[in-house]
Amino acid sequence: MLKKVTLAAAIAATAVAITGCQEEAKTVGIDPSKHTDALFAVMNADRTNYTKLIVGRLGPKGADAVLPVEHWKDVSNGVPLPAQMFRAGYEAVSEVTDDFTYSLQSIWPINSQNAPRTPMEKEGLEYVAKNLGKNFYGTETLGGKDYFTAVYADVASVKACVSCHNGHKDSPKTDFKMGDVMGGVVIRVPLGG
Amino acid sequence: MSRKVVIWLVWLALCFGLAGMLGYEMFVQEQKPNFVIGDATHGHHQIELSCDTCHTSPFGGEEVIHDACLGCHQEELKSAHDSHPIKKFTDPRNADRLEKINAVSCVTCHGEHKQDRTFAMGVTLPDDFCYECHADIAENRPSHEGMGFETCASAGCHNYHDNRALYEDFLLANSEGDKVKAVAMVLERTGTDALERKEALTINDADAKSASPEHLKEWAASIHADAGVNCTSCHEPQGQPWQDDPGLAACNSCHENEEKGFLLGKHGMKLAEGLGKMSPATGRQIFHDDADLTGLDCSSCHDAHNPAPQIAAVEACTSCHNDIHTQNYATSPHADLWKKEQSGELPEGSGVSCATCHMPREVHKEFGEEVVRVQHNQSMNLRPNEKMIRTVCMSCHSLAFSLDALADPALIESNFNGLPAQHIPSIEMVLKRDAR
Repeated sequence: MLKKVTLAAAIAATAVAITGCQEEAKTVGIDPSKHTDALFAVMNADRTNYTKLIVGRLGPKGADAVLPVEHWKDVSNGVPLPAQMFRAGYEAVSEVTDDFTYSLQSIWPINSQNAPRTPMEKEGLEYVAKNLGKNFYGTETLGGKDYFTAVYADVASVKACVSCHNGHKDSPKTDFKMGDVMGGVVIRVPLGG
Repeated sequence: MSRKVVIWLVWLALCFGLAGMLGYEMFVQEQKPNFVIGDATHGHHQIELSCDTCHTSPFGGEEVIHDACLGCHQEELKSAHDSHPIKKFTDPRNADRLEKINAVSCVTCHGEHKQDRTFAMGVTLPDDFCYECHADIAENRPSHEGMGFETCASAGCHNYHDNRALYEDFLLANSEGDKVKAVAMVLERTGTDALERKEALTINDADAKSASPEHLKEWAASIHADAGVNCTSCHEPQGQPWQDDPGLAACNSCHENEEKGFLLGKHGMKLAEGLGKMSPATGRQIFHDDADLTGLDCSSCHDAHNPAPQIAAVEACTSCHNDIHTQNYATSPHADLWKKEQSGELPEGSGVSCATCHMPREVHKEFGEEVVRVQHNQSMNLRPNEKMIRTVCMSCHSLAFSLDALADPALIESNFNGLPAQHIPSIEMVLKRDAR
């Protein structure tokens, strides 16, 4: 009798353990591309708003109260250019999390450090430049870690962006037009633990 | 007792004695001279006995020391508009670069206790380290073709952290100018005006219970009496009993910013770490044999009863420092201007003292207002010397002349008696590029 009770208890315990394990194995999450799409939506909205609501209203063409300029720290009423504001956002984010990283890059960068550095960045930037309206997604290994990498087209939507890039002495491309893809936003999310 | 047992007992006693002595030093004593693994650099030798200033935790590696570096140097890097901040390298796209040079950690480039491998600016990497990331620089800047990577930071052209006076657009914007400007003046101080000034006091108002007539006379003629600062304001700080030598506590209630700079700089960093006052006896510079060895605090340079900044600006420095640059000051064009200012021949602000260059007046923004204060942390503009260009040299000289002068070690040693022997072509290179 004792043997039967012990066996029954063991089976019950095993069943509970297995059920429990199955529940633990269930994971809840979202597709990495949806995650990066959402991040990009916020980044893009913030940059557009900065460009139109701050620089547009208070800058040279608006109230003339601020001067968006590359070396803005050296100018008393200087404020960052939209692309620099975007980078400042990344730098601030990098101080609080490494769960994702992002950068603004281009095949035709003013600062050569913003040219693609990894094969996937190059592939992604070329893809979004050739396939208007489409995003690029892939995975790559950097420094021994796997990353989900998404690239989103950066389309010229404000005349000031086009004229500045076309007129800058460091720009390798000087015939940008409104609506052209000028570069891309690269977002990376580390995969695994 | 056999001889063998005696030897063993002696041996054990010696071992326990040594272990006790080292253990006491390690765990009880604040200063740990026997655990210093090698001389510290010129920047840190004063605090090398305070191990836990940098090694803040016994359980941690490079990252612990890196955090300690930032604890003291972060503000400086921020104000220098650091060209290579850590956040520039944290993106995984730089993983391959970090494998070559781990640029997210200060100690990758600035190792300590390695005197035999420490180069200019306390750098312990080979001086061509720029190559690792900028090997293709000549593709974007053909003018750089053939230049050695060991010359990037040694020829007056670039610095790793502070390029405020060296970046291309600044060179372009300041490409013109005379060697000496038509109006060559330093900024007028405003910092003390911001302090709450009370009604001026006379010798009859002195509230010291006992003081020598000489002290009282000096005080009554001083700026402190003029600003309404009475004897007890300093000698009975925060309501404490009378102190003959109240030290920093007497000064920092009004001169907080100056004290902060002093404690971060070479004169006060030792005191800040609880290792006593810095004195020429423990310094690595060349000092007079008869220099005052009592140790530095505010009153070493500023006599509280006669705090005329003129004394602190030259005489206080030359009373200790005796290197060739200092020796040559007296006969330099800068000193000539200083003497003329002191005699009233030239207006205030047109002379150049030691402090004019090494403790410059800086503009700070406070609550929307510009305030000019003296920077008491010499490290803020000492090395690399291009740090001086904007805050010091360009008050009186053109950018081109400043670049040339600071890149000429012999001219610096002569205390600028003469003209630069070489020319730094940065501005011409920028102009040529801009003209295309």
